[in-house]
Order: sequence, then structure tokens, then C-alpha cells
Amino acid sequence: MTEPILQTVGLSIRFGGVEAVRGVNLCLAERELRCLIGPNGAGKSTLFKLLTGQLQPTAGRILFHGEDITGDHTHAIARRGIGIKTQVPNLFDSLTVRDHLWLAARRTNSRPRADAITDEIIERVGLGAIAGGMVGRLSHGLRQWVELGTVLAGNPELILLDEPAAGMTHDEVARTAELVREINRTHALIVVEHDMQFVRMIARTVTVMHQGAVLVEDTMDQILKNSAVRDIYLGKHGGA
Amino acid sequence: MLISVGLAIVFGMMRVINLAHGEFLMLGGYAAIVATNHGVNIWIAMLLVAPIVVGIIGVIAERLIIRVLYGRMIDTLLATWGLSLFFIGLVTTIFGNTVNGIGAPLGGIAVGRYSISLYRLVLVGIAAAILVAIYVVLRTTRLGLLARGTMENPNMAAALGVSPPRVYAATFGVGAALTGLAGGLLAPISGVLPTVGAAYVAKAFITVISGGTAIMAGTASAASLFGTVNQLLTYLTTPVIGEAGLLAAAILLLRVLPHGITGKLFRGSL
Amino acid sequence: MKLRRVSPGIVATAAVMVAVGLGVPLVVDQFQLLQLTVFASMCILALSLGVVWGYGGILCFGQSAFFGLGAYTYAVTAVNLAESTLAILLSIVVPAVFAALLGYFMFYGRLSDVYLGVITLSVTLIFFNLMNSTAGDAYRIGTARLNGFNGMPSLPTFNVPGNPGRLLDPTETFYLVMALLLSVYVGLHALLASHFGRVVVAVRENETRCELLGYDVRLHKLLVFTLGGAIAGLAGSLFANWGAFVSPNVFSLSTTSQIIIWVIVGGLGTLVGPIIGCVLMQYLATELGTQQLANTSLMFGIIFLAFVLLVPRGIVPSLGVVRARLSAVRARPPA
Repeated sequence: MTEPILQTVGLSIRFGGVEAVRGVNLCLAERELRCLIGPNGAGKSTLFKLLTGQLQPTAGRILFHGEDITGDHTHAIARRGIGIKTQVPNLFDSLTVRDHLWLAARRTNSRPRADAITDEIIERVGLGAIAGGMVGRLSHGLRQWVELGTVLAGNPELILLDEPAAGMTHDEVARTAELVREINRTHALIVVEHDMQFVRMIARTVTVMHQGAVLVEDTMDQILKNSAVRDIYLGKHGGA
Repeated sequence: MLISVGLAIVFGMMRVINLAHGEFLMLGGYAAIVATNHGVNIWIAMLLVAPIVVGIIGVIAERLIIRVLYGRMIDTLLATWGLSLFFIGLVTTIFGNTVNGIGAPLGGIAVGRYSISLYRLVLVGIAAAILVAIYVVLRTTRLGLLARGTMENPNMAAALGVSPPRVYAATFGVGAALTGLAGGLLAPISGVLPTVGAAYVAKAFITVISGGTAIMAGTASAASLFGTVNQLLTYLTTPVIGEAGLLAAAILLLRVLPHGITGKLFRGSL
Repeated sequence: MKLRRVSPGIVATAAVMVAVGLGVPLVVDQFQLLQLTVFASMCILALSLGVVWGYGGILCFGQSAFFGLGAYTYAVTAVNLAESTLAILLSIVVPAVFAALLGYFMFYGRLSDVYLGVITLSVTLIFFNLMNSTAGDAYRIGTARLNGFNGMPSLPTFNVPGNPGRLLDPTETFYLVMALLLSVYVGLHALLASHFGRVVVAVRENETRCELLGYDVRLHKLLVFTLGGAIAGLAGSLFANWGAFVSPNVFSLSTTSQIIIWVIVGGLGTLVGPIIGCVLMQYLATELGTQQLANTSLMFGIIFLAFVLLVPRGIVPSLGVVRARLSAVRARPPA
């Protein structure tokens, strides 16, 4: 078996008395697509913040391509090739969509190459109609795509998507799922999502988190049959 | 140093960075002096007139300016800066730009043979009494609870039937009044200039910021630490080097402990 | 705001500067020329804060610290060497190094905006007190006496590089200052259009996103802050040369608040704004000063308050909004 792209060993973080992430061992292969589900407060977004260096773990290690990146600065981790679409999109409100993609692409590419990548991503994500517009005025769904496109323009090896389908219409969700599958041909992904329909569209392996720890990790079919998962999560939200 | 502590507590309590605070101090001084020159007893002028006048000015400023800008910290900062310039200009226009003729009450407090030292002693006593009073009010009374609760979570306070704007205005007014009181008390010691406020502001801000978010424990520990650094350097060299050392210490400290002293050490204290 | 390469506005502003630089010495008298020279020096100072605050999003209340440091560096070096070329260079380098040091502690300490503002303000006030206390013979650097609050008079003025005996006359000085203003203005625009400049603006907009894209936010802020310090230092040396005099007032609260007012009045996020704000306010201050109508501090306080409360974006961006609205109204078909 080839070396995993990402591995966490006993990753934990404690805020005061609460252990928001507890001893998480996660292993992600090259070009794997992993869905991460769990009820609100399960620690999914916190885990993402640990992976991107926005929070420092109180215990445990993070390995990227076998190298220890625990405690590295956010920008250093991003340079190694981890990109993230955050839960609430982090965007430059007074810049245009084109500026976003260009800034992401330009860090590692020459100016003409960055221009070309920008055009390519605009085409691929379908942002043509809004490319020159200021991002601050866009709807939540469109902002999600802009951020997704921005992450893609930086071409990281591993892409983390935190609720990429939130705030989207049914058609937009389907379009996003298609995009995720397409990205997965060349990139590894971890996707956090509440929308189970969306998860069904894309999922192969699913990790379920509950109260900061990994509850179970299995294929989508098995997860749907798992009674423990049903109890904590699907039982309450499955029909939605 | 005690004056600096007293001032600092006011800053900490308001959680609104008010660059016009030094000017409140200055206005307090002028209020005391003008009242004394009009035949009001000096103690009444210092202890009553100064805080009341400045408190009223504070409430007016809060109503007209600060209220519009709550939550926009930087705009508040800028607006109070404008206010500060405005006050300096106003006072300069009215009283002129000199200490001359307004240092009159200096002789007014001849208490026994040790006039000045005794006055300073009284000053220390008053400052200590005010500190204790603030602490008691904030900790134990309904008013203090209201103020602290509102600063902590205005929406929740509003949901509980408290009117946050009124609490803000009252707190700001009280803060201004305390500063005015300090100004009144300082007037006989140092005299008053329109620009006297600036001298105190930098020092007090550093103390508060380095103290972190806990009002009493933070400012007290920061003030005593910086007081020591300041005094030590002043003793060894000159007051100005002392001040520069103070700032350097503050910046170093902020690099090490970005949440202020109490952020790390006294979590959960007032 | 769009990140454009070269806009007609920049070309127009540069053209106006060239026209003023070349035309004015022909039509005004010596006194007015000196006035305009100091205006132009101050415009460079306004630009330094305009880029640090307006584009870098760094709330620096102590721009006068670098300005004053530049002025004093020029004074001390020029007195010691009796030659101005090295003095000018040092007056850029010393404040830049100081800004880099201060910036390192502030940005790598992850201080928030408000803390930055208060610390930079405190720094400048402490310089003010420090310089005021340097009266007496003990305080001298080389042969240069600092003279405390009396300031340093009769400084050597600019000379032709390498020829200390050949001093620049007022007209030549004006040409020099205008040329520097033009280069700083155009240079900053070029910088802002570059990759670095665009990242700086992005940092202002959203630091988290910049880091997540792999840009080192602290480094970019530090570099902009240092650049601002260097430009302010240059303005300081021009100012010291203009009056052949420097006093602790360069560090005073009123100097630092003036710089802030220029930028607020002119508008954040533009470069022409601070220049316009600076010229307007300088003109106003000169008029008020000569007519003794009202205290300048009082007037500036009122203007400051009025702009923060009523025109928070400043003149230039607000004009842009008005223009956009007008054209939107015109574009709409009559109902």
C-alpha cells in the first residue's frame, strides 16, 4: 500500500474543560474522497482547523506525506499543499471573483500562467457571469463556489471542503456534487456535509464523528445500516 | 502611580477606547479651577464640581457621538480623537495656551506645615477609597451587575429587560466623571494645560491593554509591574528614559502574552 | 474596488503633478513656492500613511514617529557631515529599520488593529517626550546638539550630490520635491498593481483567507509597514531641509493627528485621496493661522468628527459612489 497523503495520530484539542476533538486517528490515501459527517458540535470544523494550523492541538500529531506538520503556521501548511473551503466562506469582499482566483494561482505560477489558470477555473466552476463582480455582493451559494474555485486555483494536493453545499438550491447541490467528483479524479478530498443527499451523491468511505471522537468509519451503505450512527445522527436528521 | 491605576480602571471598565479621555482629565482640572476662582470651596470644586461637570460632558459625548459607533471600534477611536482635538482647541480658545493664572489654587490647600506632602497623602487615600468603591460597586450591587452583564453580552441583557444604551451611557458618564475627579485632584499638583491630557493617556492605555480583559486584577498587576519598571528606570536615569522603558516593556510583554497579563494568569477573576 | 493595471485617474493625477511641478515656479513668488514645497513634502507623508492604512489596513497612529525620526536623522547626519546626500539616504533607512523592528513585535505578536493604533501612538508620544528632554550639552550626537524642545536650527540644506558647496536654490528644491512626490505616487501605484501589492490588499480584506492560500500575512504587513516608515522618513528629511530646522514638534500629537486627518478626509483605499486631503487641510491650516479666526485644533477636531460620523469613506471614494449612483440613475429608463 502506498504512503497515505494525510494521517493524524491521537489528535486532540481541549478548550478549557471541553475536549472538542478527542484522539482522532485519520488516514487518507492519495486521491481518496472521504466524507466526514456527524451532528453539530461533533468536532468536524475544529478538526479542519487543526489540519490547517488555525488551531494548535493539545495532543497528537498530523502527518502530511509522512512529514510532521503539527504546529506549523497556517500559511506554511497551505504551501505544502492543503487547501480549504471554510464553513463560512473566507473571501476578499471588495475584490472581484477574478482577483480571488488570480491571487491563489499567482503564488506558485508566473503572471501569464496565473492569468491562464484563472480563465480555466472560471470556465470549470462556471463563474463566467460574475467573474468581474465584487464578491461582497454575491449570494451565499455563489460565494461557496467562488471559494471552491479559489482553492482549486491554488491547486493543492489535498482539498478540505467544509459544508460546500450549504445554502444551495437543489440544482446547485447536484452541480457541486458533480464538481467534487471531477476534482477527485486528480485530488484527495475530505468533505464535511450535513446534507445527506449530497453525501450519498459523492460518498465512498464515510467517517462519522461524535462528541469529538471518530465513532465509525465505513462505506456509505454500511454507515446507513449502522444503528449507532442512526441513533446519534441519522435518526434525527436522516429524513431532511 | 496610583493616579494611573485609577485612570486605568476607568478605561478597562468602558471597553471603549476613548482617546479623548486625557481631555476629560483636563476638563476636570479646568472645572475645578474655574469653580475655585468663583469662590467655591476647593474641596467641593475638586470632589464634586469636577466629576459632575465632566460626567455631564461625558454623557453628552456618548449620546451624540459614541452611541452611533458602538461595535465599530476603529471609528470610535477616530471619533474620540476628533473629540480630543476639539476639546483641546476649545479650551485653548477660552483659556489660552499657558499654565499662567490658572495655577492659582496651588496655594489654596495649605494644610498645616507639610502642605504638599499632606495633600498627596490625602490624594492617595482618596484614590484608594475610589478603587475600593468601584470594586465593591461592580462586584456586589445590582448596578454593577447590570453594567458587567451588559458589557459581556448586550443582547442577552436586552432580552432580560435591561436597556443597553442606557447602561452604556451611564457607564461612560461614570467613567468620564471619575476621570474628571482625577483631573480635579491633579489640578493643584501639576497645574492644567489644554494639552495636559496627552501626557497621561499613553501611559494609561499601555497599562490597560497590557492588563488584558480583567478589569481589576489586570490593570492592578499591569500597573504595578509597569510602575516598578518606570520607577526603577526613572530612579536610575531620567523620567523620559523611564517612560520609554515602560513602553518597551509593554511591547515585549504583548509579544509574549498577547491576551494581557491576566489572560494567562488570572483567568476568571474580575 | 478593482485591481487595475493603469487607470486614467492615475495618469491624470501624474499629469497634474508634472504640470504643477513645471508650471508653478514660473507664476508664483518665492514665498508661495516655499509654501508649495512644504505642501508637496507633506503629500509624501500623507501617501506613506495612505498606503499603510488605506491599502495595508494597518491602523498606524504613529506615522509622525517615522517622519520625525527621518527629520532628526537628516539633521544629525547633515550637521556632522556638512553634506546632504548620505543624510537623505539615512533619513530613509533609519525610520525603515525602526519600523521593521516595531512592526516585527506588533505583527508577529498578532496584535489587533486597536492595539496597533494605541502602541504606535504611544511610540510617537514617547519620542516627543524623549526629544523634548534632550536639552543641554550632554545630549549630542557627534557635533550635533539635539537642544531639547528648542530644536536644531540652521541645518545644512540640500546640496548637489558630491558637491557640498553647491546648495539647491528654492526653485531647484521645489523641482526635487515634486519629482520625489511624483515618483512615490507612481511607484506606489506600480507596487500596488504588482503581485505583492495585490496580496497586501488581500491581507487587508481577509487575513485568514490569505494564510489559507499560503501567503505569510505577518511578513506582508511588516513589509508594507516598513515601506511606509521609509517614505515617512523621506518626507521628514524634506521637511527638515525646507525649514533648515527640526524640533520635537515633528513627533507631537498635533502632527500625528494631522496625518490621520489628511487620510480620513481624502479617503482610505486611494492614493490621490490623501494627497487631496493633505493639500486641502494644509491650505486651511495656513489660512486659519494667518487670519487667527479660530484655533486650528478646534477646527481640525470638528472636521475630524464630521468626517468620521458623516463621510467615513472620505472625499475621493464618496465622489466615486456619487458618480456611480448618478450614472445608475441616468442609465435607468424614465418611468
